[in-house]
Amino acid sequence: MNMKKYFGIGFSVFSLAFMSACSDSDNDSDDMIIGTMQSYQLTVSNLTSNQPLSPLAAAIHDSNYTAWSIGVESSIGLEKLAEEGATTEFLSEATAAGAYVNVSGDGAIFSGESDTLEIESAMHDEMKLTIASMLINTNDAFTGAQSIDLSGLEVGDELSVLLPVYDAGTEANNELAGTIPGPADSGEGFNVVRDDVNVVSRHPGVVTDVDGYNDSVLDSSHRFDAPVAKLVLKRTQ
Amino acid sequence: MKINSILAMSALPLVMASSIASAQTLDVKIINLTQGMYFTPLLVSSHDASQHLFETGTAASVELAAMAEGGDISGLVAASEALGAVNSENPASGLLAPSNTTMLADFNTGTNEYLSITAMLLPTNDGFVGLDSWKIPETAGTYTIHLNAYDAGTEANDEIINGGAAVGVPGIPADPGANNGTGASGVTSTETNQTIHIHRGNVGDTEDNAGVSDVDSRVHRWLNPVAKVIVTVK
Repeated sequence: MNMKKYFGIGFSVFSLAFMSACSDSDNDSDDMIIGTMQSYQLTVSNLTSNQPLSPLAAAIHDSNYTAWSIGVESSIGLEKLAEEGATTEFLSEATAAGAYVNVSGDGAIFSGESDTLEIESAMHDEMKLTIASMLINTNDAFTGAQSIDLSGLEVGDELSVLLPVYDAGTEANNELAGTIPGPADSGEGFNVVRDDVNVVSRHPGVVTDVDGYNDSVLDSSHRFDAPVAKLVLKRTQ
Repeated sequence: MKINSILAMSALPLVMASSIASAQTLDVKIINLTQGMYFTPLLVSSHDASQHLFETGTAASVELAAMAEGGDISGLVAASEALGAVNSENPASGLLAPSNTTMLADFNTGTNEYLSITAMLLPTNDGFVGLDSWKIPETAGTYTIHLNAYDAGTEANDEIINGGAAVGVPGIPADPGANNGTGASGVTSTETNQTIHIHRGNVGDTEDNAGVSDVDSRVHRWLNPVAKVIVTVK
């Protein structure tokens, strides 16, 4: 389904990983076995009442890449993903940190719906999956999972993970008109100004106009509790 | 488990192999983890891989809606048993109050390999606590599962307590704890996600005789998980 996209990015990563595996004599353990490709199917279902999810961003990588950490400042790529749902810079940061391959979804996933991506990578000693998506009727909430260990999965194995909701900490959760990119507001997405705590945390939820915050552009339908999505991961080859 | 296997063997030698593989006896302890939400009569169901009492991202069956909107599990019982489920109905003998525990002992699942649980959350419009198709381990031992609160997607969460319990009738049947208000105007009249999804929670308000909600925001909110289930495979 997304073959074109991931092959386009995948081949360049393939050669990059190959080069680094050859040139880096300190890292003999990262033996890529050429010709042994592993394929995975990723299905994300949106479990919220009315928080469409931005197009998925996913990468397979080793332990040198961490997309986010609680209490640590968001990268610019994560900020763009969490504030406007953009995948490009988030994924290029993953590639820069040595990700073997990455893929992004074609469109938003509306409540009650799901999207399925295929991702394929050469086999490495470490096979970890990170996936992320913005809750677009918020200031900077995102969901995802990181560094899921794929190395134990046999062909046909499937695992299901319920996904929590995080706050990028890069934009105040003011819920004001003009600040939320989703259909609740059609406001601004990314803004370089960081006017919040500037570290990643779990998300506290939205207040909305039914709970005494009259200036909020959000209504009761936009409220949520975790988990906000379900990831079903299946190794297909 | 051993006794049942032997009985099955002697009675039905032709299905001996499958009986030995899967007949199981469970103790199922269910703990309501909330501070202010009641569970209506629980349904604990063992069934095969093809069956679900509910699935996220799909529309609720009318039987599921009857459970989620009014606490009536009779439809789910009949529909699941027609497909081979073995059920335990109402192990708590009525409501399971906030922070209370019930114990279902010696639940014989027959040859069924999956466990599901449902009960309506009161006071909500169509909220329920649920477990969807947990694979019963073959190894004897004690297993802990945390359950989330779901929204059946079949009724707008207006949060008006008017006795409405039947499928398609708006409103909340009751607040068993009698902490509710009256005279609410209603939080919303629409349901955006009409498939089964994670419940966004009650809004509530603090008005006794007015406001948008008859639910009390100081009493009737929760965060997931809302139940803990401890299964002992014997």
